[in-house]
Amino acid sequence: MTHPYSSLVESDRVAGTLYTDPALFEREMDRIFHRTWVWVAHESEIAKAGDFKMAWVGRRPVIVSRDRRGGINVLLNRCRHRGASVCETPKGNGNGFTCPYHAWSYALDGTLRGIPYPEGYEDVVEKKDLPLQRLKVGSYAGMVFASFSEDIEPLEDFLGGARLWIDRFMKQGAGYPIKVQGEHRFRFNGNWKIQLENTTDWYHFPIVHRSWMASVDAETASMLSIMTDESAVTHALGNGHSVSISVQEHADLDVDDGTEKLQDRFSHIVEELSKDKDMPPEKIRRIVRSLHGAGFNLNLFPNVAMSMSFFRVLRPVSVTETEIRHVALGLDGGPEIVNRERLRIHEHFQGPFGFGSPDDAEAWNRVQRGVAGGIDMPILVNRGLGREKPNDLGQPTSHATDETGMREAYDMWKRMMTDGN
Amino acid sequence: MATEAPRTEVELPLDDPRALSAVSLIWREAHLLDARRYDDWDGLWAEGGEYVVPIDREATDFASRLNLVYDDDRMRRMRVERLTGGFSISAAAAARTVRSVSRFVVTGREEDTIEVCSAQILVGYKREETFVLAADVTHRILFGTDGPRIARKIVRLVNSEDAVTASGFLL
Ligand code: FES
Ligand SMILES: [Fe+2]
Repeated sequence: MTHPYSSLVESDRVAGTLYTDPALFEREMDRIFHRTWVWVAHESEIAKAGDFKMAWVGRRPVIVSRDRRGGINVLLNRCRHRGASVCETPKGNGNGFTCPYHAWSYALDGTLRGIPYPEGYEDVVEKKDLPLQRLKVGSYAGMVFASFSEDIEPLEDFLGGARLWIDRFMKQGAGYPIKVQGEHRFRFNGNWKIQLENTTDWYHFPIVHRSWMASVDAETASMLSIMTDESAVTHALGNGHSVSISVQEHADLDVDDGTEKLQDRFSHIVEELSKDKDMPPEKIRRIVRSLHGAGFNLNLFPNVAMSMSFFRVLRPVSVTETEIRHVALGLDGGPEIVNRERLRIHEHFQGPFGFGSPDDAEAWNRVQRGVAGGIDMPILVNRGLGREKPNDLGQPTSHATDETGMREAYDMWKRMMTDGN
Repeated sequence: MATEAPRTEVELPLDDPRALSAVSLIWREAHLLDARRYDDWDGLWAEGGEYVVPIDREATDFASRLNLVYDDDRMRRMRVERLTGGFSISAAAAARTVRSVSRFVVTGREEDTIEVCSAQILVGYKREETFVLAADVTHRILFGTDGPRIARKIVRLVNSEDAVTASGFLL
C-alpha cells in the first residue's frame, strides 16, 4: 500500500497543501526537525569555555554551550522541575544556568548541580537523574548540528556529498578561520519550505533583485550573469542537500589562474593591505578574491544554507510563518578593513532594510497568499528536467536556474515523511 | 557629543531658537517619510550625513559591527533610488505608515550643531495587517549657511535585536 503522504510529492511537482496544512506541519516537526541533524551554531559563536547561545531545533528552544573541558553541549531550554526556561539571554558567558523559579542550577553540560532547601527531596529525587535534556551533537568544519534522535546516522554520513562544498565554503577565510560577525533576523508570512527552495533558485535572482543589481557596480552585477552562463550549474548532493554554483571561477577559491582582474570597488583595500609588509601581493589577491564569499549557494536540508558569504538559517514558527537569520561572516584574526568591508556588503543586501532581502520576503509572502488561493493546483518544480544529467560523481546536475535543488529537497522530505509509519 | 539616551536634567531649551527649528525639521522629515517623498527627504541632509539603524542598541562604534542600516551619502542616495525607481517589488508594495515623533530632549549643543533625542512610534499597515515599530531616535542637526540640515540620524528600535520585519519603508 502506498503511503498517504507519498502522492503529495512527485518528481516534478508538489502539492499546494505542503505550504498550508497545519497537520502536515506538525508531522514535519516530528518527522524532520525533531529527528534529523539541525544546524544550531557556528563554533566561533561559542569559542571560549562558558560561552553559550540560544537556538532552536524545530520549535524547541535549546541552549548551545561550551563547557570547561571544551565540549559542545546542546541542551533543551526547559527546567526539569516545573518546566521554566532556564536561559533567556540570547548569548553570553557564564558558569551554568540557574532556573529563576525555584533556583535549581545546572552546569554548562546540563548536569543538575544544586537544589535549594533539598530536605523536601530526600529519598524522592536523585540529582543525577534530572539533568537538562541533552541532544546529540555533531560538528563539521565548525558547523554545529544537534538532533533529538539518539540513534541518528553520523553527521558526516548525513552531510555526505555536501562536505566537499562545506570545506570549499570555508576557504573564503583566505587562510584565516571563519567567524560570525553578527546577524540579521526577520520573519515572513509563509511556509518554511518556500525559503528552503529559494537558496538554490538562481532563476529568481535577476528578476527579484533587479533593484539590488542596479545599485552595485557593473563588475559585481556581471559576476552574477547566471542566466546566460553555462558553467552555472546545480548539483543534487543527496539527503536533500544541493549546491548551486553562480560564479564558477570562485567555486574553489584556492584555484586562481591569474586571469581574473580584482574589482575596482576593492582598490582601497588593496591599498591599505599593501602598507603591511607581512602581506605579500598573492595573499592580498587571495583575500580580495574572497570578499563576496564562495561562488556558490549550498543548501543543507532542512534548516541551513551556506550562501556565498553568509549562513541563512530558517526556523519554522508555524505553517504560515518562518523566521530567517542571515549570519554575517568574517576572518578570525584577519585584517579589520576586510571584515568591515564584509559587514558593509552584508548590510547592502541582507536584513529588513537591505536592498535584497525585503524583495525576497515580498515574493515569498506572495507565494503563500497565491497558493492558498488555488490549493488544488500543484507547485511546479520541473524546470530543467529535460537537461538534467549526472555529473562524474553521479549527482543529478542541471543549470543553476533549474529546479534540481528543490527536487532533491522534496525527495528527502518525502522519504522522511513517509518512511516507517 | 553625547549620543546616549537622554539624561533627565536636559530639556528642550526654549531660549535657544535652534531647538525649535531642529524639532520642526524632524517633524518635516517624518512627514516626508510617511508621504514617501524620498527625493525631498534626501534634500534635508547635510553633505556627509550618516544614517544608522543599529542592531545593538548600546553601540556607538557602528563601523565595526553589523547594522540594519549604515549609510553614507552614496548609500543613502542609492536607497532613495531603489525606493523610487520602480524596480523593487517590496518598495512597490510598501506598507503605508503613519508615525509620530515626540518627547524631544536636547542632549547636546555646540556652536553649529544641536543634538535632539526623541521617541518615534510608527504604525504601519500592509495586507490586512497593522503593526507598530517603536524607536529612540537621535538627530544631530547642523546649522550651516543654508539652514538646518541632518548631519546624523540614529534610529534605535526597541526590538532591534529581535526579528525586525520591515516592508519597504524607511525609519
Ligand atoms: S521550574 Fe525550574 S526550579 Fe522550579
Ligand atoms: Fe533572493
